[in-house]
Amino acid sequence: MTTQVMDSKAGRLSLANIWIAFITFLLASLMGVYQVAERSGFFPQIEVIELYFRSVSSHGVIMGFVLTTFFIMGFGYWIARSTLHIPLWGGDKLGWLGFLISLGGTAMAAIMLFIGKASVMYTFYPPLMAHPVFYIGASLLVVGSWVWCLQMIMTMSSWKKQNPGSPVPLAMYAMTANSILWFITSLGVASEVLFQLIPWSLGWIDTIDVGLARTLFSWTLHAIVYFWLIPAYIAFYTLVPKAAGGALFSDEFSRIAILMLLVFSVPIGMHHLYVDPMQSDGWKFVHMIGTFMVAIPTLITGFTVIASMEVAGRLRGGKGLFGWIKALNWDNPMVLAGGLSLLMLTVGGWGGLVNAAYSMDVAVHNTQWITGHFHLIFAGTTVIMYFAIAYYMWPSLTGRPLYSIKMARLQLWLWFIGMLVLTLPWHILGLIGQPRRIGAPPYSEEFTAPWVPYETAMLVGGVILFISALLLIINLFFSHFQNKAVQRPVMEYAQPLHPVLKLPGLLNGFGFWTAVIAVYMVASYGYPIVQFFLMETHGTFPWSI
Amino acid sequence: MHVDGTEKKWVILSVAMAFAMVGILTAYAINHNIVPPSNVETIDSVSLHLSAEFAEDKLGLRQTEDGSLVVTMVAARYGFYPQDMKVPVGTPITFRIASADVLHGVHTAGTNMNTMVVPGYVSEITTTFPKTGKFPMFCNEYCGLGHDYMWSRLWVVPKDEIKLGDTL
Ligand code: HEM
Ligand SMILES: [Cu+2]
Ligand SMILES: [Cu+2]
Repeated sequence: MTTQVMDSKAGRLSLANIWIAFITFLLASLMGVYQVAERSGFFPQIEVIELYFRSVSSHGVIMGFVLTTFFIMGFGYWIARSTLHIPLWGGDKLGWLGFLISLGGTAMAAIMLFIGKASVMYTFYPPLMAHPVFYIGASLLVVGSWVWCLQMIMTMSSWKKQNPGSPVPLAMYAMTANSILWFITSLGVASEVLFQLIPWSLGWIDTIDVGLARTLFSWTLHAIVYFWLIPAYIAFYTLVPKAAGGALFSDEFSRIAILMLLVFSVPIGMHHLYVDPMQSDGWKFVHMIGTFMVAIPTLITGFTVIASMEVAGRLRGGKGLFGWIKALNWDNPMVLAGGLSLLMLTVGGWGGLVNAAYSMDVAVHNTQWITGHFHLIFAGTTVIMYFAIAYYMWPSLTGRPLYSIKMARLQLWLWFIGMLVLTLPWHILGLIGQPRRIGAPPYSEEFTAPWVPYETAMLVGGVILFISALLLIINLFFSHFQNKAVQRPVMEYAQPLHPVLKLPGLLNGFGFWTAVIAVYMVASYGYPIVQFFLMETHGTFPWSI
Repeated sequence: MHVDGTEKKWVILSVAMAFAMVGILTAYAINHNIVPPSNVETIDSVSLHLSAEFAEDKLGLRQTEDGSLVVTMVAARYGFYPQDMKVPVGTPITFRIASADVLHGVHTAGTNMNTMVVPGYVSEITTTFPKTGKFPMFCNEYCGLGHDYMWSRLWVVPKDEIKLGDTL
């Protein structure tokens, strides 16, 4: 393999993106700790409700949109370089332009959040109205990421032209799928913001239809979680087996799983509207079936990953039914994170099945269960892989060795433990009826007394998580800015057990699948959106918080 | 393309599991007549106080001509009105709720009475409370800085304690 693109400047674009991701992440983690402290009831002096909702809105926006988007862009650029060995389409310059657009947008949104002009949560449901600069900033963050989407897609296609008939390396193939997924996914919220929220917040239109806004938002809200998750899957398929010293069990099935995620995940967002009055039960049912179909690629991924780990364990001399587990090199951060992440996915996946079934969802809808669920799957399963990916890429990006592997291991363990201590009590709180998105509610004692022990646990979990977040930043910082330069290692990916020499076109491109999504999308969201223009609706005026 | 035997079996099993789950849920929903609130009915939130159904003096429990029980409620920052209400145990009750301002959600903790209340639309949900007792109705969607204060109480009482038109 050639390494000519691994010169000292090559990593800068990725590094800039990833540093923005993690610096904002540290800030948002600090807000997380403040939130659990406020909620615990032990510190009445910090129970300032205006501050609390300002904090939760900022925390949600940063964790959900800023950390993820910037991290994924940085990882994506590095995959493109290190798997294809050709320059990015449009050059690094275009990448920097996208980065600056996203960064500028983030700064605009952040200022409004921090000064309390956008305490509308990361879902910004109207008719609560934020400052227009918040909506414009959030749109720019997305527009900048579209530049990245374009570069991923075009870089892959120029590589294919130069290498006719060769399979696109799996990591790149999956990341390009992710960029297509993100582009299609983001169109929902983009149209809500561009056609509804911005004109309305600028006073160009008086009222907006909240039902339509929620429907458009739901289009984005589900598949966005796959945009966040696919990078973790890429690590499962290509980095964990490599770090474990094994091979990828099946390249083809990995592609099939990614394609199924791509096709199935966008047209099912209406499961977020199970208990909304403006959509009929027939459509909800259709989206519920679609939602369960996503279980298939998830199960296939589970199989492929565990089988790949087993191959590695047996190569290391592991014997017997479970001996291979013990034989794995759990002291490697990537292997460790992979194991912890899978554990969280297994626990959280069951929760997801409950949410996906509308008969069960009503018992937990908008309770603390939901917050527990997505912290476990997203902040846990997904983000722990972001950490491991960063540790893995760091030497090749910075040309410096990782400062401390021991600290990395400790950091991952703390994140895992902290996440369980935070989220398992949240699940219970939800089941006993605590609503989500509350600060310090004055409900009567008879209802809140049973909550107390769980709220104490969540404070402990929050503090553990914050310590873990600090260790991450310290480790990455000292690695990047130390004097000890090393020979820049090549970014290595696991090779499949059975080498793929030829692939059917369907598993090596996206044209056909994009068309399938378009049709499926029109079928599942067409009427639910068009209905708002067919019936007599009453718009809603803006309300301040 | 290489396909491993065990993997093929697993894929078949995964597909079967997904369909089995959908099948079970569908059968259960049909048998128990589980319908999420989905009436797609619009209303002008600005003039609720003038509407025939949601004007202040019309709120609360009432019996319709066919004998079924309907509770009419308004969600407005920061409460669900009427704020204290009695309903009979073991009887199907249809809640009809409209928002006078922003997005709210109402969950009677410990039961499956859970719906979003979207301005411009009427939420309708039918449920039966199996147990008597005092239940909180929490607002479960962020609706502004007073969101924490938004809750009301629901008393589920023996049937003979209810005189219709009675709102405690
Ligand atoms: C230091 C660790 C963390 C702590 C202590 C923490 C704590 C919290 C708390 C208390 C809330 C308010 C929940 C509610 O009332 O519904 C919250 C919301 C949220 N958290 Fe975290 N969190 C942490 C890390 C993360 C991470 C890593 C992510 C994702 C990458 C994340 C994503 C979110 C989102 C999107 C919300 C907004 C929820 C909403 O608006 O309903 N959090 N977090
Ligand atoms: Cu979803
Ligand atoms: Cu509320």
